[in-house]
Formats: sequence, C-alpha cells, structure tokens
Amino acid sequence: MKVLVPVKRVLDYNVKPRVKADGTGVDLANVKMSMNPFDEIAVEEAIRLKDRAGVTEIVVVSIGEQKAQETIRTALAMGADRGILVTSDTKVEPLGVAKILAKIVEEEQPQLVILGKQAIDDDNNQTGQMLAGLLGWAQGTFASKVEIAGETAKVTREVDGGLETDDLKLPAIVTTDLRLNEPRYASLPNIMKAKSKPLAQKTAADFGVDVTPRLTTLKVAEPNKRSAGVKVADVDELVMKLKAMGVAK
Amino acid sequence: MKTLVWVEHDGSTVKDATLAAVTAASQLGEVHLLVAGQGVDGVAQAAAKIAGVGKVHVADDAAFAHALAENVAPLVVELMGHHDAFVVPATTTGKNIAPRVAALLDVMQISEVLSVEGPDTFTRPIYAGNAIATVQTADAKKVLTIRGTAFDKAAAEGGSGIVEAVASTGDTGLSTFAGSEIAANARPELTSAKIIVSGGRALGSEEQFHALIDPLADKLGAGVGASRAAVDAGYAPNDYQVGQTGKIVAPEVYVAVGISGAIQHLAGMKDSKTIIAINKDEDAPIFQVADLGLVGDLFKVVPELTEKL
Repeated sequence: MKVLVPVKRVLDYNVKPRVKADGTGVDLANVKMSMNPFDEIAVEEAIRLKDRAGVTEIVVVSIGEQKAQETIRTALAMGADRGILVTSDTKVEPLGVAKILAKIVEEEQPQLVILGKQAIDDDNNQTGQMLAGLLGWAQGTFASKVEIAGETAKVTREVDGGLETDDLKLPAIVTTDLRLNEPRYASLPNIMKAKSKPLAQKTAADFGVDVTPRLTTLKVAEPNKRSAGVKVADVDELVMKLKAMGVAK
Repeated sequence: MKTLVWVEHDGSTVKDATLAAVTAASQLGEVHLLVAGQGVDGVAQAAAKIAGVGKVHVADDAAFAHALAENVAPLVVELMGHHDAFVVPATTTGKNIAPRVAALLDVMQISEVLSVEGPDTFTRPIYAGNAIATVQTADAKKVLTIRGTAFDKAAAEGGSGIVEAVASTGDTGLSTFAGSEIAANARPELTSAKIIVSGGRALGSEEQFHALIDPLADKLGAGVGASRAAVDAGYAPNDYQVGQTGKIVAPEVYVAVGISGAIQHLAGMKDSKTIIAINKDEDAPIFQVADLGLVGDLFKVVPELTEKL
C-alpha cells in the first residue's frame, strides 16, 4: 500500500509572527522556517504504518517555492521514500493545493493520503477535506488514532465533546491532530541518506489546473493588544477583587 | 443574499454555536437553516424559533444521523443551488463538513470568520491570531465558518421560521460511524461557559489536576479547560484543550492556573473579558495579558482560594 503525505513549509512555531509595517502580510524574511507541525505528525504516522500495516512506499509532496524542497528532505530523512516538489510563483490556496494533489493522486494511486489538519500560518483547516471532496473519498479528520484492517481504515477523531470513531472505506483521506503520535527526529546518517533519495520537480502548470487565487488579502493587521493588569499580593486580595467584580459572592 | 446556516445539534437541542452563525448570516442577508439528522423534528421546531429565521430545511434520514461529511456534503451542495452562502459554526463538525462542500462547489472557503465587512469581505485570524487578515472573495457563492466567540448569539426565541422537509441525498457508503466517547459533563460547555478555570502542566498529574481545578470550578460554576501541555501529559482529556488548535473561548472570566501562556494557548483565550492568572513564575507570559495576577505556589493558593470564595 502506498501512502501520500503532503507537507508545507511554514514559519517555525517557536517564532513570534510580526505583521509587516505596510499591512501586506507577516514578515517571513530571515526567519526560521520549518515543516508545519501537523505535517510532521502525518509523516510520522505514515512511517509507523509501514511497520504495522504493510505500507510499502511513502511519497511526500510539497507545493510552494523552491525552498520547500528542504521540507521534503526533512520528511525523507525521517523515513519517507521519495519526494515531489511542485513549484509555483504565486501563492496557492487550499482549493488550488487540493486540485493539484487530486492530479498527483490520479498518477500515484495511493490508498491513503495523510495530511496535517491545518497549517499554522493560515490556520485554514481545509485542504484534506477539499481533497476528499474532489476525489469522492472518505475523510477521517482530526485523527488521534489510525488502524488499517483490510479495506477499511478505522480512525478515531478528536471532536468537540470527546472522541468519535469512524470506519472509512479505502482509499481514504486522514488529517492529523496533535495526539496521533510524537514525530521522530531524523538522525544524522538518515539526513545524509535523504540527500540521495529521489525528488521529482514539477510546476503547478504541469498539472493543467487553474490555481488562480479566489481570495484577495486587503489588509493584515495586529490584533487588539491586551495590556497587563495588576498583580495582587495574596489570595485575600484576589477574593476581594473577584467579589468587587461580581464573580464571587 | 440567501444564506444557509448549518444547525449544530445533538439530536435534541440546538447548540449555541448555531446562534452566533445565525447572527453572522443575518449580516449577509436572508437566513435559512439546515437541520440534518435522524429523528430531528424537535430540533427543527426549536430552530424555527430562532429570531430572524426564514425557512428551516429539514433532512431526516439515518444517513445524516452522525453528520458524516461524506453524506452531508451532497445534501448541502443540492441546497446551495438556491442559496448564495453556506454559513457554518466553526465547531469540529462544521470544520469537517464545510471544506468538502466548498470543494464540490469550487469555492475557496473563508475559515473562522471574525467579522462581516461587506457582502464579499471578511476578517479572519491567521498565525494563531497573531495577525488579523481582511480578505475579499471573488467566488459567486460563499462558504464561511464562523468563530462563535466573535459574534453575539441570536435570540433562541421569537422567530417563526417555516419548517420544510427536503429529500435525502442518501448514504454514500464511504464511511460509517463506529462509536464515540463523549464525556458526560455536568459542567458548562467550554464554548458557552461564562467562567472557565483552566489548568496547565504545573499541576503535575491527573489526580492533582482534578483535586485542585475541579473544586474551584465547582465553586464558581465554571467550565474546565486545560493547556495543550496538560492535555499532552494526560492530565486532562483532549476536549478540554484551549488554544490555536483546540477550543477558542471568550468567557466573562478566564482563570489560568499553572499555565505559562504560550502564544498557541493565548490564541484560544485572549478575547476573554477578564483574565486571572495564578503562576509561580512572575515572568510567565500569561501575566502580560492577565487583568489580575497572583504569583504563588498553586498547590497552596488554589485550595485557599477555593475555600475563601
């Protein structure tokens, strides 16, 4: 069984985003970029399925600028088998990404596509569900557990009230939540080995899909800031303040 | 503009998140509702009473019992033939369904809408709420998910919507519901609680989390939340998580106990009206957003606070 794992290069989650002074976006010049954390979990899950569910090949895809190949190399160093880099001069929105991925799925014929549930830059939480819709496949979103049994994927999902388990007919889409697994760090020998793993290079135009953005960002601004309040000396003062606010009687 | 609002329900009652979505939809135009499920007459009747509602479309079929996106999306696509915007509460159910619908309609969804600026222009948070983007869509039809804390709730009573049955689009057979573990919780739900007490990793264990946080929450009639660190460490279940990828809350009062205040956590609670922080580290980032801060050992302070309230 082949697994496809799309990955995205984003601002590292430890870096505090700075809004550009001209209000056109967030400053990404000279800041640390990394693989989207949810995508790392997706790569890790594919590797673990190799050990326990007979996955034979893991193909990693990234759509973005040329530098996204570093993100693919990271996934290859973790244990994926080969990569496909799709470059685009313009920003590709989730709908466009899903359309390109649908074409890659047609070519590659994977049984499972595992994606991060959202990217921590645009926080859209759309691509996996869109891809499932375009392909007419089942979708197991926000997964905290994935088991493959024959023609079915049993996916436990993190939902608002707790957990829900759905049986998905394969081929299917899975999107990862935080507690699905803890991604490994690539070892130095594996990082070296990843450099010689195959990486195909394509452009968005090769797939013949229209990825013209539908949304125009008019402005990006800082949110309203909260200012720090006061520190109280002890519990008695806190209780007094809470009573004054009407929170406690 | 005719909008179709997804009614979030549990089979018997309409969830509060729906009411915020109705408010957002009413800023775009006429509000119609979709109630999909099995045996949902009661829900449909309750939904019809929401203030400002026109038609209530009811799709009653076993295929919709668990709101599986694979079965619901074709139904919504059919109804979108005569609606201009699909407006969905940004709950896990809504976030599961809406993008599938958007793809089938060939529309780029706008996620977690914070405000309606015009018929095609909206604001939404990016980078865990560290930036707010104003976006304009070129799509004729709109698919929006609505952040519940950003809109007032429409009145649950006073409306007189017309309930109309719609034909089922059937079961796609792609997925089946196999079970759920939904915690029975006597406390207020996080997304609608007026007061929330949240615990962090500093609580040290599941036992201590419950021994300290639960009595304080009970005393205040509060909902209980947790930081990602506390959930990852197994001190609290996943549905307690407040933050960028967990629940987004904005209660009147948010009490953060032993939570340092990572940006991912702040993203989920910084719109709370009053924030109270208890932490032993006086330099913890949580104090930069807290209205009231108490520096101290939570194992001493929290029981004392619970007792004195």
